[in-house]
This record gives sequence, structure tokens and C-alpha cells, in this order.
Amino acid sequence: MSALAHVGSASAAPTPGAADETAKRGRFLPYLLLLPGGLWLIIFFVVPLVQLFTVSLQSRFPEYPGYYYRDVNVKNYWSALTEFAPHFGRSLLFAGLATFFAFCLAYPLAYAMAFKAGRWRGLMMICVIAPFFTSFILRTIAWRQILADEGPIARIANALHLLPNGHITETWIAVVAGLTYNFLPFMVLPIYASLERADPRVIEAGGDLYANGFTTFRTVTLPMSMPGVLAGTLLTFIPAAGDYVNAELLGSDRSTKMVGNVIESQFFKVPDGYPTAAALSFTLMALILGMVFLYARKFGTEDLL
Amino acid sequence: MAKGGFREAKGDLRIEDVTKSFGDFTAVDDLTLVVPRGSFFALLGPSGCGKTTTLRMVAGLEQPTRGRILIGDTDLTGSRPYERPVNTVFQSYALFPHLTVRDNVAFGPKRRGEKDAQRLADEALNLVQLPHLASRKPTQLSGGQQQRVAVARALVNRPEVLLLDEPLGALDLKLRRQMQVELKRIQTEVGLTFIHVTHDQEEAMTMADTVAVMNLGRIEQMGPPAQMYDLPSTAFVANFVGQSNLGQGRITGRDGDFVVVDVNGSTVKIPSARCAVTSGEVLFGIRPEKVHLARSSDIDAAIRDRKVAFGDDMRATVLDVSFIGVATQYLVRVPSGATWSVYEQNLDVDPIDLKPGDPVWLEWDPAHAFGVAADGTPIPGITPAPGQDAP
Repeated sequence: MSALAHVGSASAAPTPGAADETAKRGRFLPYLLLLPGGLWLIIFFVVPLVQLFTVSLQSRFPEYPGYYYRDVNVKNYWSALTEFAPHFGRSLLFAGLATFFAFCLAYPLAYAMAFKAGRWRGLMMICVIAPFFTSFILRTIAWRQILADEGPIARIANALHLLPNGHITETWIAVVAGLTYNFLPFMVLPIYASLERADPRVIEAGGDLYANGFTTFRTVTLPMSMPGVLAGTLLTFIPAAGDYVNAELLGSDRSTKMVGNVIESQFFKVPDGYPTAAALSFTLMALILGMVFLYARKFGTEDLL
Repeated sequence: MAKGGFREAKGDLRIEDVTKSFGDFTAVDDLTLVVPRGSFFALLGPSGCGKTTTLRMVAGLEQPTRGRILIGDTDLTGSRPYERPVNTVFQSYALFPHLTVRDNVAFGPKRRGEKDAQRLADEALNLVQLPHLASRKPTQLSGGQQQRVAVARALVNRPEVLLLDEPLGALDLKLRRQMQVELKRIQTEVGLTFIHVTHDQEEAMTMADTVAVMNLGRIEQMGPPAQMYDLPSTAFVANFVGQSNLGQGRITGRDGDFVVVDVNGSTVKIPSARCAVTSGEVLFGIRPEKVHLARSSDIDAAIRDRKVAFGDDMRATVLDVSFIGVATQYLVRVPSGATWSVYEQNLDVDPIDLKPGDPVWLEWDPAHAFGVAADGTPIPGITPAPGQDAP
């Protein structure tokens, strides 16, 4: 907008011919630059999304399994939601728990990296990022060994009689642990960035103005890092809510399935599951969009976002 | 611990034998200083001289390696910043970006459990003439406005000592002048002890009752600005506080109340009371505005008469002439090879007819000369050039 307005005023320059020429070029240049990205978005995001939406409203031919006709069958949504409501609940609950634990682990880590690490900061940063060099699937499978019944964690927990059924794997604990682990870097990095950017003098000012260490943290440091916390929680919660790998590899067959697992099985394994899978995908997207919107409205002020 | 033991303390700020080392580096070296209650005190020095470290130790943001810091009879050494009746205006202002201007100012009173923190904040904002910006965020303010908020945020607590860490460094010249006057007015109005750290000698002299010049972690000289300017006691102060024309010399004798000094073949006099050394090597000094130029071609009887009235003289060659407006600054080469500067007030509208290369006579009243010890801190080339006073 502002670029256009600027170019518009330039066309009123004293040499009309040359100015017009530049103005014309300048007017179209921003759109030209937008074109590749815009096309990419249209072809690989908007079109599939519309496609998915139409699929979610299709009806199937009762006598020909696997065949569908175009329709506005809202019942798909209703049946998907009633049947898989527990999975939705689990998705949001597990993602919420994972986000909470990731925050609890990430904040002290990011704080230490930003303020206390000194020359170890680079090494700590590498340790946070290093897991990305290995496959997500492999790392998740590795957690099955860590949490296995014969592993040290399960043994200690069992020795202390903390586990009602003797396992960690195939329980919600394993799924939440996996989610927390897998998305932890996405929480650490934004928080670290916002803490690192904070002027240490501002934190000192808290102490100078009669706030002790804890009060300074509560009233100065934490609010100043809120943009990072907001970004970190969104970057953790959104993918965690749609995740199915952790529930697949670390969870059990029934009690820990999340929406992602249902969508995956409806799409690939259940005959006639396409509309249900599409309806679930759409509902999940709308749900997350709505929650993110409310969350950002509540915690992010305009100058923080 | 959670309550935070705020310590009431009233009286003069006393820094006793304080040393602060960072590893091998001694930032502040055995410093002793008394700042009388209610005075405007300036710590002046080049960067790295230890002035900010001194300030941070008073604030409690650093702890001294040795020595004590007291306000009145209360020993504050070792106490935390939030326990001290001291507030700081930081160089970067350090306003809380997530709070409005009013909440920034009310932060201190709230922490101390004041019931009408908001009213106190509004009063403080009135004092710095910003009540209309109370509900803005700091990022929406200009540098000068942020600076005033920072002052209000510290002042609202009525601290026993207010510390200003180069608070005007980030402002442009005009705004800086305006804020200097403003800060002085506020200080007079509230009557608190202000300690102002700066590397700008003009700023220190404009505002402070007492200036302490720091160098290499020690105080070189301390006193009222006019006195310090008139009679610097070390070569460093002579160069750092204003400009000085200096000449390496040797005391050859006495002449009544004066000592006679030979500076590269020119015989000059220094009042005995203004000379820090009594024999041997001495650094002769005279302020640029105390020196007058006389054209060599006019050295006839009339000029000779005037010269007698002035007292001392020295031959020189003009190097550069710059017209400043109220004055003209001449850079001249004296026989020792050093470059001196001379300020001539433009009292008349005579055209300036001196050019580089012209021979001139420098004349001054020996009562204005001063002598400092020739040893001690090396001074850059003994050739003070313009701008060297504010590195």
C-alpha cells in the first residue's frame, strides 16, 4: 500500500515521460515479486485446502464402496465429531500438557543460556539444535528404549510403586514425554531469543527500584520475555496437537490415540474413510485457529506480537 | 529474604578506601570520597576511568573488592540494590518496555508498598513535565522524553542519593543543553544528592557544585568547577577539563611572588601559589583564552608598551585560523614545537588578516599561568588540539 502511494506521488515529477516509465515499473514490481510465493501458496495450499473441504462434504454411494459423489453432507462432520470426540480431547490435552512441560523445562534452560552460560552458551545452543540432525522418527523410537520396562526410568518408577500397571510405554505418560521432547527446541529458541535481546540494564533497574530477585523476575524479566513465550507455546502446541507419530510409536492401541492417528487410519486404512478424515482435519484446523486467535488476543499485545 | 530489608539511611554519601578489581584489572583504586547531602556532584573522566564502576557500587549493582560505602552512619557495603535508598538513571534509560510510562514511574513506590503509587507517579511526571504522556509505552516516546521518564522513575522514590549514569549521552546537543538546565532545576527543587557520571567536562561544569575528575581508577582533583578550571593540579586535569597550552620547562629562580621558568628558551613566570612544584622540572600551563596575539610586524614601541602591561610573551607561528563566531581560534606553533591554541574574542568587526605562516607574539598575564608536576600521567603529545578534551 505505502509503496504504491509513494510511487503515485513520484509520477507527478516534473519530467513526465521518464517518471511515468519508472512509476509503471515501480507499480508492478511489488506484485511481480509476490508472484512466485503467491503461486506456490495457491497451488500447494489453497487448492488442496478447497479440495479437502469438498471431500469432507462428499457422500458415498451405498452400493459401491469406495465411490463418492459431490454433496454438501454436513453429517460427515457430525458423525466424525461424535465418534472421535475423545481423540480430540486427548489431542488438546496431550498437546497442552506437552506445551506446559516444555515451557517448564525450556524457560530455565533459555534463562541460563541467556544470562549465566558465559562461554558455554555456544555449546548449549548446539546441544539444543543437535537433535535436528537425526530423524524425528528415530529419536522417537529411541524413547521406547529409554522408557522401556527394563530401562532405568521404568525400573526406578516401579521400585517406588509409581506406576499402576508397571509400564511407561503404551501409556499417556510416554506420549506426553515424547511430545515434550520432540518440540522442546521450538520452545527454547524463541524464549532464548527474547531473553537474549533484553537489555540487562532493564533487569538491573528492577533491582534498583526495590524489587528483589524473584519480584524482578515476575514483574520485569518474565513480561519482557512474553513474546518469546508466546511464540514458543504456539510453535509447540500447534504441531503437537496435530502429531500422530508419538502416539503411534510410544502410545497404546486404544487409550492414547490422538486425532492425528484417527485421520491417518481413516485416510489410509479404513475403507470409505476419506470424508471422515477430511472432516476431522478441517475441524482440527478450525479448532486450533480459534484457540490460537483467542490466546494471542489474551497474551500478546500488539507491540509484543 | 522475600520481604527485602529496605534500609533507611540519611546523610552524606561516604566512599571509604574502596577498590574494585575485575580479575587483573583494577577499575577503582583505593577511592575515598565524601559527597555532602543535597549536593550536585559530578564524576568526570574518560571512558574506562572507573566512574561508572564507582556509581554501580553505590547502587549495589557491583560489590567493592575492598572498602566500605556508607550513607550517613549506615554501612551499605554488601547490601543488595533493592535494599538501598539509592536510585539510578541508566545511560540506556532501561525503561520497562512492557509497562506504560505511569506504571514505569509507579514501579518503585509499588514495590515499597506505597498505597497511592499512581498519584506519586503522576506528581513525578508533572515534575519532568510529561503528565500528558502517562499512558504511552516507552517505545512511543522520543529519546529526550524517555530520558525524562527515567529521571521521574528514579525521583519518585525520593532516594537519599540519585545516581545519573551519563544520562544525556544519547541526546543531541540542543536537547542535552536543555536537559542540563532541567536536571539542575529538578535537583534544586527536590534537594536530593545527585551524583552525575559523565565524560563531558562542559556538562559536569555546567551542572555540578563539585566536580571530581577521575583517571585510572583514582580521583585526580576535586573541587568547584570554576576553581578546577582556573587552577588544575595535574597535567591530566589541565587537559581534560577545558584545554590548556602546556610547555615542558625548568624552574630557574624566583622573582617576588613568582617562580621563573625556562620553557625552551623563553622565560616565563608562574605565581608561586599556582605552581605545584618548587624546583626542577615543571609543566607550564596557560588557558587558550588567557593568551593574546600580537602581530610581529607591529612590534614597535606601542606594542612593546602593551606587552609590558600583559607581562609574558613568546614567539609563535600561525598554523590555522578558524572563525567560530563569538571568537576566533588560532592554532600556533611555539618554539618548543608544541601546538598551542589561542581564543580571541571578536569584540570588533575587524577583518581577520592573519594567515597560516604569519609570525606572531603570544602575550599573557603571568597571574593566569599555572604549573603542574611534569611527571605523572603522560599527556597526549603536550599538544592539546581542539576536541581532545572530550575523548
